[in-house]
Amino acid sequence: MTWKEVFTSSVGKKLVMSFTGIFLILFLIVHVGLNACIWANDGGTMFNAGAHFMGNNVVPRILEIGLFAGLILHIVQGLMLELSNRSKRGSVGYAVSYSKGSKWYSRSMGLLGTIILLFLILHLYNFWLPNRANQGFLLGEEINLYAKMQDVFSNLWVVIIYVLGCISLGYHLAHGFQSAFRTIGVHNKRYNAIFTTLGYGFSVIVPLAFALMPLSFHFGWVN
Amino acid sequence: MEHKGINLTLKVWRQQNTNTAGEFVTYQVKDISQEMSFLEMFDVLNEQLIQEDKEPIAFDHDCREGICGMCSMYIDGKPHGPWQANTTCQLHMRAFNDGDTITVEPWRAQAFPVLKDLVVDRTSFDRIIQAGGYVSVNTGNAVDGNSLPINKNDADASFAAAMCIGCGACVAACKNSSAMLFLSAKVSHLALLPQGEPERQSRVMNMVAQMDKEGFGACTNTGACEATCPKEISLSNIARLNQEYLLASLTSN
Ligand code: HEM
Ligand code: SF4
Ligand code: FES
Repeated sequence: MTWKEVFTSSVGKKLVMSFTGIFLILFLIVHVGLNACIWANDGGTMFNAGAHFMGNNVVPRILEIGLFAGLILHIVQGLMLELSNRSKRGSVGYAVSYSKGSKWYSRSMGLLGTIILLFLILHLYNFWLPNRANQGFLLGEEINLYAKMQDVFSNLWVVIIYVLGCISLGYHLAHGFQSAFRTIGVHNKRYNAIFTTLGYGFSVIVPLAFALMPLSFHFGWVN
Repeated sequence: MEHKGINLTLKVWRQQNTNTAGEFVTYQVKDISQEMSFLEMFDVLNEQLIQEDKEPIAFDHDCREGICGMCSMYIDGKPHGPWQANTTCQLHMRAFNDGDTITVEPWRAQAFPVLKDLVVDRTSFDRIIQAGGYVSVNTGNAVDGNSLPINKNDADASFAAAMCIGCGACVAACKNSSAMLFLSAKVSHLALLPQGEPERQSRVMNMVAQMDKEGFGACTNTGACEATCPKEISLSNIARLNQEYLLASLTSN
């Protein structure tokens, strides 16, 4: 069998979702850790130093290309899978739908992902784009991202959208985290128990930490 | 136990054949014994229809004891009806109360076209089995049963997977109309045994390819299949199938 056959089969497409999903989870760990520096309460000195390290260093910047590639693959594949799966019921659907056997968020990965995507567009427009534009999209002078956050998060609507984005991310991961490990073949009960617990923990703690960032700026919990 | 006759309103999907549009038709049945099975209640209704000179409702059934996998009704929004780990033929009318309205639909999936009323074409499952759900055994004298040691846990897990009766309720329950629980049961059943070893890689590749060709959806691990499966086939079989597939795709030629 060819690689093409592997990655275009239904199981292969799932594997792509899973690998890119786990990759995005790893990215989130770095992202949340670095951003948590805003709570150093030093007027953004530590945070800006971290942001400068990431933004002005070839290694993270090359990884950034991989991040975008993975993200785009995840989004395109995810939306295509969602559409294709929806078409498999046939022309007539059920009069009474079956909702008891599974959790609502496990059935709503496409919807939750789309909300995350909309949030991501705003998020990149708020920070990534102005910062990289200032750098001429290469390694160059960055803007003061801490000051930018203060500015962006003074708008209550932006804060609300960010919090909704984080809630969607939490539910996306509540299913996605453990599902990704099942997809790559973890079927051992002991490991599945670990990944399920870890997944619920991750999907509460990380999105909560992210959501607290715009809230902290808006309500003046940091200075 | 107290004997009770109940009156019910049934909304049943009627469809002449694959190419015509179907619709729900409402029927009343009276004095149904609660000791009856759901299919016996349908027999009563069909007798009634025949007496009224109407066409009886077509539905699949065979063993009526929960082992053949032929019965297939989507009852009030759940394949095989409200009970857990149960087939339609083993669903009894004590699951319902006097005056209930019950909606009965066929399995709905592109890969399971409706043939007539509640009967769907599940030959796609047969073709998936034909693609790899077998072991090759040399003919000749019977082999000594003890010559192949099999770990008890593996034998138990294989047997649990072999419980699958191929009814298709997993597909009917799944939001993606995915056949992964069925497929994973068939693949696990053989992958766990030494007899399944020779065709291990080609089996999983060919069966997945056939499943895709039949037009089933892709699995997203929602777990609806496991919750509705009359034989309680575990979702972990799907993860095992994924592992089989990943290893086969990485190492086969
Ligand atoms: C940082 C953001 C994101 C992370 C960490 C993430 C993570 C994950 C993970 C771990 C899975 C499970 C994979 C599996 O079950 O094997 C998944 C599935 C999925 N994701 Fe995302 N995702 C993110 C963003 C998005 C976006 C923006 C979209 C779409 C617009 C999206 C759409 C989907 C869909 C549709 C699935 C279900 C696919 C399936 O299970 O087959 N995700 N995601
Ligand atoms: S896995 Fe369960 S629901 Fe699916 S075909 Fe087998 S017995 Fe039926
Ligand atoms: S008729 Fe055989 S399982 Fe129901």
